[in-house]
Amino acid sequence: MVEFAGWRMPVRYQGVIDEHRAVRSAAGLFDVSHMGEFRVTGGDAVSFLQYATPNDVVALEIGEVHYTSLLTDRGTYIDDLLVYRLGVEEYLLVVNAANTAKDLGHLRALAAAQFGGAEVEIEDVTDSFALLALQGPNAQSILAGLCDAPLANLGYYRCLRTDVGGREALVSRTGYTGEDGFELYVDPEHACGIWRDLMSAGGGLVAAGLGARDTLRTEAAMALYGHEIDAATNPYEARLAWTIKLKKGEFVGREALVEIKSTGPVRKLIGFEIAGRGIARDACAVLVDGAPAGSVTSGTFSPTLEKAIGMAYVPPTAAKVGREIEVEVRGRRLSAIQVKLPFYKRKNV
Amino acid sequence: MYPSDYKYSKDHEWVRREEGELVIGITDFAQGELGDVVYVEAPEVGSSFQANDEVGTIESVKAVAEVYTPIAGEVVAVNEELVEAPERVNEDPHGAGWLFRLRPASAAEVEGLMSAEAYEEFIQQED
Repeated sequence: MVEFAGWRMPVRYQGVIDEHRAVRSAAGLFDVSHMGEFRVTGGDAVSFLQYATPNDVVALEIGEVHYTSLLTDRGTYIDDLLVYRLGVEEYLLVVNAANTAKDLGHLRALAAAQFGGAEVEIEDVTDSFALLALQGPNAQSILAGLCDAPLANLGYYRCLRTDVGGREALVSRTGYTGEDGFELYVDPEHACGIWRDLMSAGGGLVAAGLGARDTLRTEAAMALYGHEIDAATNPYEARLAWTIKLKKGEFVGREALVEIKSTGPVRKLIGFEIAGRGIARDACAVLVDGAPAGSVTSGTFSPTLEKAIGMAYVPPTAAKVGREIEVEVRGRRLSAIQVKLPFYKRKNV
Repeated sequence: MYPSDYKYSKDHEWVRREEGELVIGITDFAQGELGDVVYVEAPEVGSSFQANDEVGTIESVKAVAEVYTPIAGEVVAVNEELVEAPERVNEDPHGAGWLFRLRPASAAEVEGLMSAEAYEEFIQQED
């Protein structure tokens, strides 16, 4: 167990590699209740969120979810988040635990400055939800045994309300592992019961911790705040241009992003595999042609590829799949090859 | 759990005496703290070290740890099996997961290390 943003978090149960492989081959259950949740409601909720975030909230139908961000005026990251449309005038925002207070302050300041007198209410409902992530190829069959909802018809990034083992839950087909799977938002009172029901359901399901969550998301090349994205990085360099809808109209950071898009980003997020032994870790220096050129954002051992992998920022001119770079690890230079991201992509998507 | 005929260091290495030489590895406590070991970087055979010198590193999925020799001496062998099967350190830390074999500069130095009983008490306080 470790302390993280005021939460006590399970890093591992039986071991990171076993848990990782279980999620790739069967299923894993994660307790990610630390994630922050805000409820945004009111007649102007949609126009407020359309202004506060760069993805197109207007296009979001009831029961749909999308990945987006909160950006500074410079077009850099305050946080990344999911937006759920739960009703005509009701949205749920899911943010990173470490950023919950910062995000809430930012959203409220934005609402006060730009939407004074408008009908928007932003409520921190983090403590009203426990969040369980059921991830892996067997996730659907496991969950189907505990609820009547037509899960097979629930598309990627769609959500519905259903009972799981007789307890109310908001279920979405989302996740942070690169596998099929679901996230279950439940009353904290019911979390233990649902956890036990799921763990008793078979299907090869194992309890999985934050260690496996990190190796899984790294293989899937999913960004983590504080690593690939932060207050100094923008979506164009982070491979997240698809979350930016410049044509939708005004939003926070738009002006800066238009500029960045026209001049081109000054660096680019790339993936690499270490050629020999050794693991590059976060913040290790990257060298191109022997000269310092950037730094590692995430690095780990990939249980699927059985190689050390990582992501790093390098100048766009140096970013090329197949090109060699070096990573400085504890005073030694390890040779690495740039590879295509993501490192792992599940079949039959 | 901790063999009574082994000696233990505060850096969580164990030492087993064998025909005038010392077999050295990391303890079960240490492997548990590290988690899944994926690379072991062993010292070079023939190299000599002072007590408490860093002789190699053990890398797990989540962390990297230095390996120290608790005793001065010359490395006479390393566990080659760990190149292909680093998980032996997790599976059998006090046996098949041994790291290196040392010819000690002084045979008496081992007596200064902790007994199994003292080590178990030591890790109770660490935990």
